[in-house]
Amino acid sequence: MLALKSVRADYTTFQALFDVSLEVRQGEAVGVIGPNGAGKTTLMRVVSGLLRPTGGSIVMEGVDLVKTPPHRIVELGIAHVPESRRLFPRMSVEDNLKMGSFMRAARPKFRRRLDVVYELFPRLRERRAQLAGSMSGGEQQMCAIGRALMSEPKLLLLDEPSAGLAPVVVEQVFDLVTRLRAAGLTVLIVEQNVQQVLRVVDRAYVLKAGRIRAAGAAAELLASDTIREAYLGI
Amino acid sequence: MTRYLPWLGGLALIGLPFVYTAPYPMHILIIILIWSFAYTSWSVMGRFGLVSLGHGGFMGIGAYATALAWNYWHISPWIGAPMALLAGALLAVVVAYPCFRFRIIGHYFALVTLALSGIVLQVITATRDYTGGSLGYTPERYQSGSSFYALQFTGKTTWYLIALGVWAAGLYVWHRVDRSMLRYALEAISEDEDGAAAAGVHVTLEKLKITVLSAAMTALAGALYCQYQMFISPDTVSGIAVSLQMVFAVVVGGIYVPLGPTVGAVITILLAEVLRVSFGTRAVGWDNLVYGILLVIFIIFLPKGILGSLLALRRAS
Amino acid sequence: MAIFDIFLLEALLNGVLLGGVLALLSLGLNLIFGVIDVVWICYAELIMLGMYGMYFLYTVYHAPIVAAAAVCIVAVAILGVLLHVLVIAPLLGAAPINQLLATGGVLFFLQSAATVLFGVEFKNLGLRLPVLKAAGMFISYSRLLAFVAALVGMVLVYLFMTRTYTGTAIRAIAQDRQIIPLMGVNSRRIYLVTSALGGGLAGLAACLLVLQYDVHPFVGLSFGPITFLICVLGSLGNFVGGFVAAFVFAEIIALGGLYLDLEWGYVFAFAFFIVMMFVRPEGLMARRS
Ligand SMILES: Nc1ncnc2c1ncn2[C@@H]1O[C@H](COP(=O)(O)OP(=O)(O)O)[C@@H](O)[C@H]1O
Ligand SMILES: [Mg+2]
Repeated sequence: MLALKSVRADYTTFQALFDVSLEVRQGEAVGVIGPNGAGKTTLMRVVSGLLRPTGGSIVMEGVDLVKTPPHRIVELGIAHVPESRRLFPRMSVEDNLKMGSFMRAARPKFRRRLDVVYELFPRLRERRAQLAGSMSGGEQQMCAIGRALMSEPKLLLLDEPSAGLAPVVVEQVFDLVTRLRAAGLTVLIVEQNVQQVLRVVDRAYVLKAGRIRAAGAAAELLASDTIREAYLGI
Repeated sequence: MTRYLPWLGGLALIGLPFVYTAPYPMHILIIILIWSFAYTSWSVMGRFGLVSLGHGGFMGIGAYATALAWNYWHISPWIGAPMALLAGALLAVVVAYPCFRFRIIGHYFALVTLALSGIVLQVITATRDYTGGSLGYTPERYQSGSSFYALQFTGKTTWYLIALGVWAAGLYVWHRVDRSMLRYALEAISEDEDGAAAAGVHVTLEKLKITVLSAAMTALAGALYCQYQMFISPDTVSGIAVSLQMVFAVVVGGIYVPLGPTVGAVITILLAEVLRVSFGTRAVGWDNLVYGILLVIFIIFLPKGILGSLLALRRAS
Repeated sequence: MAIFDIFLLEALLNGVLLGGVLALLSLGLNLIFGVIDVVWICYAELIMLGMYGMYFLYTVYHAPIVAAAAVCIVAVAILGVLLHVLVIAPLLGAAPINQLLATGGVLFFLQSAATVLFGVEFKNLGLRLPVLKAAGMFISYSRLLAFVAALVGMVLVYLFMTRTYTGTAIRAIAQDRQIIPLMGVNSRRIYLVTSALGGGLAGLAACLLVLQYDVHPFVGLSFGPITFLICVLGSLGNFVGGFVAAFVFAEIIALGGLYLDLEWGYVFAFAFFIVMMFVRPEGLMARRS
């Protein structure tokens, strides 16, 4: 479904990704794990078009993402839940969700999708008129994921969805990933919360200092001593 | 050779009126020197990202305070101009202190100061019973002709030398600021205000220092302009247009180089004169029309200014 | 009621009427600032051009006044778009202060273009709207009309901003411009729409101001500064703050004008502004970031 080949990404004076190749197949949940500053967020940003890669190719179902304008990428069925949620804090929950269905194709389906999202997160229905910025971290994360789901995506990009949340809420977030998969969504998830994420994904890549250092089935990675010690720190 | 260039240039400028005295070119030179000084005064703070659009206000205070003190209380400009300078400094403190204290920076600062220059113009207009309002104001002639006491001279040479001296003093101030600790503090502040504060820089105080210095210099420019022209009006020495004119000239000349404002003054004043001479009264408005377009073009394509870009080119080659 | 009180009440009422127009002025500027993060220093000069447009269409070419107003609003909206495309867009990545100065250049340009094209004489519509007399007070009909039209304009903008996708995107982009492409929003298009809207509001303000004031090339200078002060006092980009500040300023100006000249009203407004900066530096309606 999504394939990255030898992707390179730079910030003005700093190269953040070196020769990153990665694949996500239809219906899979794939994790990318690695320490702070490894380039995980950068990876998400090049896929969703927030940052242009300086080399390599990114293809989504045969469409070259590098040549697609950023605001068109969501129309291909890619929804990105950015790091630290990034809701529109002074807009209501429902207006935030409305922004999620901004693209033309999603507008007629707004009501239906809203029901789907409220079904998934009943809390959001209760808080629909509240300013997004005034909710708790967990509620905000739900709203951010809900906003992404409004566009009825095929591929969901989650950037550290568990960061800064209470343990109970973290559980809920990972549960949700499992549920979304069951509903047929493909998920690419970036995490530092290694052990928990490896329980919900099929495969994972280990990213360190901008390079893929290891890859494999989640269970394998968890089991392999060398990888555990060298990269996962557990 | 290049080491002696400034000194040779200075000597040539001092010697000029003793060999060449045609009144019209001398007049243009004096005007250029006075405005160069005003523009330099602006750039003293402008180069640190403190973009004030209130300098029209400071200049207006300088000009009107000097003239009013002379006409109403017979205070010699030798006293009146320093008083005007203090008034400008005081106004700067009143407006800039809350701005800096409460982190009104960038856009906000520019807008607040912009309003300041608008308001000074309104005050001058509103107090028309004393200031003559928009019709302008003339300091009274003292006896007839020249008087050192009244700072009134009929000869252009005297004025030329005075303006030259003040202009050179302005450059000297620029240079001193450039060599001072204040500069490093202000550069740190303009890069990252919080970082500078964390590193122990007294942000409010440092900014206030440079603003007061710049405002006082600008007020002096106003006083000088008033004494030379013997006529001032709100539109020529105060208001938003004058503020923008200062910024414009500095941007055209080069904001980060000492002679940038001077180059800007030469270019803009010559441009205005050429247009005026060639089109006469039909030229009204044309000079500002060209300024406006040039300002936009410069900011888009040559933000370092003419002199700044030339120097950068030379350094690169 | 004592004579004094009637004058006071009349001034207060006039202040409210003026407040409506000032609120409209600050709304346009706030919109541009909130969304594009640029201050159009030349905002009042766009209004000046709109006023000239009204003068020529209505007084010189005898167009029906409503049609003239519609044409002016559209024309100034187009000017707003041109300003964005020609001046702001090339500078979007530049230092904010350069954007500010560039629009200052446009101010110069527009003022002098008006001087060159139309001359420095004061012009007016030559339209005498009646004065309403009620309870011993005199309220100018044109002020009332301006007030009502300004309110209608603001309500329309409010509906647009809250009910449509584009309006919602305009609010969203003001809060987080980086992630906006993730919503499928083309920020360039939103900027154009916002510039057109800001220009259109300037055009509307022009139609209303020309009912009350003469137009000349420098007319922008008489209400530009006050608009900036209102926006800063209301916290730049904050629509509600701008709205409240507009009415506060209008009352100060109206009351100052009651006892002294109108210019003194402006002076008081500025003094009030400085005091407010000491008291509430975040602006009247603080929005901590
Ligand atoms: N805007 C930026 N400018 C410069 N460097 C950046 C920027 N964003 C991130 N980086 C650098 O790129 C590297 C990878 O960052 P990021 O992708 O955010 O890592 P992660 O999400 O894995 O923590 C880090 O070293 C970071 O310092
Ligand atoms: Mg990250």
